[in-house]
Amino acid sequence: MKKIPQKEIHKYLRHNKKFPHVWCPGCSDGIVLGATIRAVAEIGWEKDDCAMVSGIGCSSRMPVYVDFNTAHTLHGRALAYATGIKMAKPSLNVIVVTGDGDASAIGGNHLIHACRRNINLTVICINNHIYGMTGGQYSPTTPHGAIATTMPFGNIDNEFDLCKLTIGAGATFVARTTAYHAIEMQSIIKAGFEHKGFSFIEVMCACPVIFGKLNKQGSAPQMMKNLRDSYVPVNVYDKLTDDEKDNQFPRGIFRNVEAPEYSEKYAELVKSLKPKEGESDEQA
Amino acid sequence: MEKNKPVLMQGNEAVARGAVDAGINFFAGYPITPSTEITEFMSRELPRRGGVFLQMEDEIASISAIIGASLAGAKSMTATSGPGISLMAEGIGYAKMIEQPCVVVNVMRGGPSTGLPTQPSQGDIQQARWCNHGDAPAIALYPHSVLECYELTIRAVNLAEKYRTCVMVLSDAMLGHMREPVLLPDLENVKIIERIKPTIPPEWYKHYPDNPKYRAPLASFGDGYRFHVTGLAHDDHGFPTTRPDEVATMMNRLKNKISQNIDDLVQVEVFGDESARVAIFAAGITARAAKAAIEIARNHGKKLLLVRPLTIWPFPDEAVRTYLSDKKVILIPELNQGQLSIEIKRILGKSKKTRKIAELYKVTGELITPEEILDTLKEVN
Repeated sequence: MKKIPQKEIHKYLRHNKKFPHVWCPGCSDGIVLGATIRAVAEIGWEKDDCAMVSGIGCSSRMPVYVDFNTAHTLHGRALAYATGIKMAKPSLNVIVVTGDGDASAIGGNHLIHACRRNINLTVICINNHIYGMTGGQYSPTTPHGAIATTMPFGNIDNEFDLCKLTIGAGATFVARTTAYHAIEMQSIIKAGFEHKGFSFIEVMCACPVIFGKLNKQGSAPQMMKNLRDSYVPVNVYDKLTDDEKDNQFPRGIFRNVEAPEYSEKYAELVKSLKPKEGESDEQA
Repeated sequence: MEKNKPVLMQGNEAVARGAVDAGINFFAGYPITPSTEITEFMSRELPRRGGVFLQMEDEIASISAIIGASLAGAKSMTATSGPGISLMAEGIGYAKMIEQPCVVVNVMRGGPSTGLPTQPSQGDIQQARWCNHGDAPAIALYPHSVLECYELTIRAVNLAEKYRTCVMVLSDAMLGHMREPVLLPDLENVKIIERIKPTIPPEWYKHYPDNPKYRAPLASFGDGYRFHVTGLAHDDHGFPTTRPDEVATMMNRLKNKISQNIDDLVQVEVFGDESARVAIFAAGITARAAKAAIEIARNHGKKLLLVRPLTIWPFPDEAVRTYLSDKKVILIPELNQGQLSIEIKRILGKSKKTRKIAELYKVTGELITPEEILDTLKEVN
């Protein structure tokens, strides 16, 4: 992991855009933005060669702050927009920033199909377990029993494990990290960027103003401590007994396999259809 | 394909051929009757030409992918039918909002809901105008022959580039599936509008310049201009804003680029006898029956006039006033329950001249025949 000085980060931000950002005090989204930029800087991608695409929600406000080619699209649809961008210009490094509701509720269909296609996109899914921007409704990742404004008596619904979901749907790189483990996050995001194929990175986040307040999780620093204590490296987690696994969750890279990538397969198809020398390309 | 020789072609194939001849190099779609032949044609043709074809997981993904591709510099299109347009509505609004060129084809079938998937309808004429939420004008073209399917698709691609918006091509199950001999024009004589690339230094680039003629350079992702697009109200650089003056500038630009270029956008055909006292206003496949009715009437020594919009949106208000305001009887046959006649009444309703606006609606999946048009005229005249 290369240390990226603060000055380097400023190079990637849009200074003509009026900071401060829209995120609440104590929100983890800024930490994810920092780690994402550091990972880009570490690889050394040119800003012109990067596209950041998002849907709708707190996390999806990220693209406006970075000096890339950026699109803040529609709720749930970021992956479909990103697929169009990547296929039209495969040389672009396409980063998708999304949240738990954006990616797995309204955008669930696009998520599983992007996994299946194994198209070279990196998804950074910021999971705060709630719809923050609309004020605290339950999402597909709200824990069973948690309070949300639309589950005022406690969540009776079941929750998605987004990493298991994306592994099942065929994603070739799947990882989980947390906002507390910012340095690890940078190296995981970098690994996701470098992976050729569909990468899904779930970042567990603290939302002290909405989720934390509704569920009496304490202050922002307390919620960061909770992230530290709840998420253990996957190799450690696997050795825990069932009792010890209670309220513990694995983090790290769960899957990293090579498989044919969609835009490359498409380019091969186009190449194979080109008329060979001496052959006529006239169609009947 | 051999040029300068008529070929038997299906309406949907003509749309697809027009699209590739206009430079469409990215197509994303989802199967739906009666538009699927366009998607199938693109799946064969685009990879051969080095373009991109994608079958997406649904229509929402299709419209999203083509807008994304357009942002990355492609000329992009999708094709669907009414149910698909309903799903694409939010994306169509987004393309209009971020002013990104793309083309959507709606091969209309009977509705509402699943309706009559294999049968023609003109039930989506008002949907073409109002499918997205919020105020934003629409451009929609409606051919009435296989050759026009080809020509108007090329025009739709050109208008999308010129006005930086989502342009719709309307067709219907009959037009899409019928075959006619077509003499395609020599491509050298077909005008194709290409996107103008910016050449100014990036720091001078404005993604939304104030330009009433609307032929401004448009950067794509990866060109070195690193702009931002958002469906939020935005300033002229594309950054979100709630400042009333900046929002007003944006909303006025969306409106004015259409309303100030009506002459360029609107096309109508006037067929028959302009001195006739009885006129028909009809579009698309129904205009074919109207033309046949006019020929039959002419053989009986009776004069009739047809005004046919090739551009449905923006609506040809001026042509309606010019050709129809002095007619005794205006018949509006259409395969819906009055979506064109509501516009004619809006335009001519306040005029003091006595006139009768007669309607002939059919929503059973059948076409309106020339005889039905003549019989209705006999009844009301």
